[in-house]
Amino acid sequence: MNKQTPTLLIRLWRSLWTTLRHAWAKRETVSYPEVKRPLPGRWRGRIVLTRDPDGEERCVACYLCSAVCPVDCIHLQATQRADGRRYPETFRIDFSRCIFCGFCEEACPTLAIQLTPDFEMCERSHNELVYEKEQLLIDGQGKHVGYNFYRHAGIAIFGKAIGEGVCDTPPVDHDTNLP
Amino acid sequence: MNVAQWLLTLASLGLVLLGLVLVAAFMIYGERRILALLQDRLGPNRAGPFGLLQPVADILKLISKENFVPPFADRMVYTIAPVIVPLTVLLSFAVVPVSEDWWLADLNIALLYVLALSSLRVYGLILGGWSSNSKYPLLGGLRSAAQMISYELPMGLALVGVVMLSGSFSLKEIVAAQTLPFIVLQPLGFIIFLVCGIAETNRLPFDLPEAENELAAGYNTEYGGIQFAFFYLGEYLGILLIAALVTLLFLGGWHGPWLPGVVWFALKTLALIFLFFWLRTSLPRLRYDQLMDFGWKVMLPAALLNLLMTAGLGLFWMEN
Repeated sequence: MNKQTPTLLIRLWRSLWTTLRHAWAKRETVSYPEVKRPLPGRWRGRIVLTRDPDGEERCVACYLCSAVCPVDCIHLQATQRADGRRYPETFRIDFSRCIFCGFCEEACPTLAIQLTPDFEMCERSHNELVYEKEQLLIDGQGKHVGYNFYRHAGIAIFGKAIGEGVCDTPPVDHDTNLP
Repeated sequence: MNVAQWLLTLASLGLVLLGLVLVAAFMIYGERRILALLQDRLGPNRAGPFGLLQPVADILKLISKENFVPPFADRMVYTIAPVIVPLTVLLSFAVVPVSEDWWLADLNIALLYVLALSSLRVYGLILGGWSSNSKYPLLGGLRSAAQMISYELPMGLALVGVVMLSGSFSLKEIVAAQTLPFIVLQPLGFIIFLVCGIAETNRLPFDLPEAENELAAGYNTEYGGIQFAFFYLGEYLGILLIAALVTLLFLGGWHGPWLPGVVWFALKTLALIFLFFWLRTSLPRLRYDQLMDFGWKVMLPAALLNLLMTAGLGLFWMEN
């Protein structure tokens, strides 16, 4: 017995009492499938391809998402409609490689590719995690309601001449400014 | 003995074996739930009602795993070591009476037999650590050897006081002698035996041979599947044995008012098992040298003092 013994016993009892008190404390465990914690609003989960307000695909197959993807999990093949509008013929995301970094969403010039607050995508095999365009393309507009790339872009397309866009003013004939 | 008696003995042995293994399995479940209770968690609650089928799932998983022997291991010793641990503990249970009428064998050297087997149990850990032939198991085995040497002596000496008071080595007669539980007459002996018992079973705060934070899993790092399950079984049966022994030797065994003896025995044993689990959540692990220091410099002198006082007071009482 040395002179530390009494404090040692007190410390021993204190740690025992501390853990015993926690028997009545609130549980920290969340029983997951029954109880779901609220996800943060900007949660980066399952990737979708959205449509514009007219119901057309927003994606113009520019390959920027595929290029920026750090794990190279996005593969697409561009093609053109008769009116000259580009769209992806195939669009494939391998979610077994995807790291949900959200770079594709940031790179997308037409706000087509978006990350959603859904993370429950378990599958039995890797192959089932490869999502094709049918699985990726949704019927809604996602986070950016009312946005249509072609109404903002300064190029002429079928049904819209240059200067008829949402934020545009008609082009000015510079020659009229001459004296 | 005729054939019927032999069969009866074998059947009761099988029943006790099955019962003990089941109790050990459910102790693992109980420990996980109690640890969770004291750590603000829920613990295993998925398999069956309240997760009660968790031990079944665990056992099935461990049995179905591959029985792998590392190529660098000493094959024979490596295979034998995990068998030694539960075997010696199960053999000790032969002399543990559960109540006045329920007992398997009433040896007149029961206490010595239990002590001998508990020393043999350490061979399982040392040989397992040695034969694994890799660094962490070796360190774990080494530590268990040091721990055994440090704690066998005070443990045995603490029991001499009990034997002096009851005048017998038989556990049945020791319980019968306890009109007053020996914890009242031998408080120091009780504490020494309990602490040494915790050290014997390699439980926190004395779980140095396992020490998962610094030694991966200590002596059983290389083990897997059913061999790992054997080590685990031995550990939990060891807890049960120490709790039962403390109950029998110091807490009056099956003595108690109103309830039948078996229930009293079970309640006291369960309370002690809860203490084992409670200590595990609460206390940090001792260092190697602290453990040896405590064993040799505190426990051994205290046990000797207890022995001396018991003998002196007994002599004084007998003279007058």
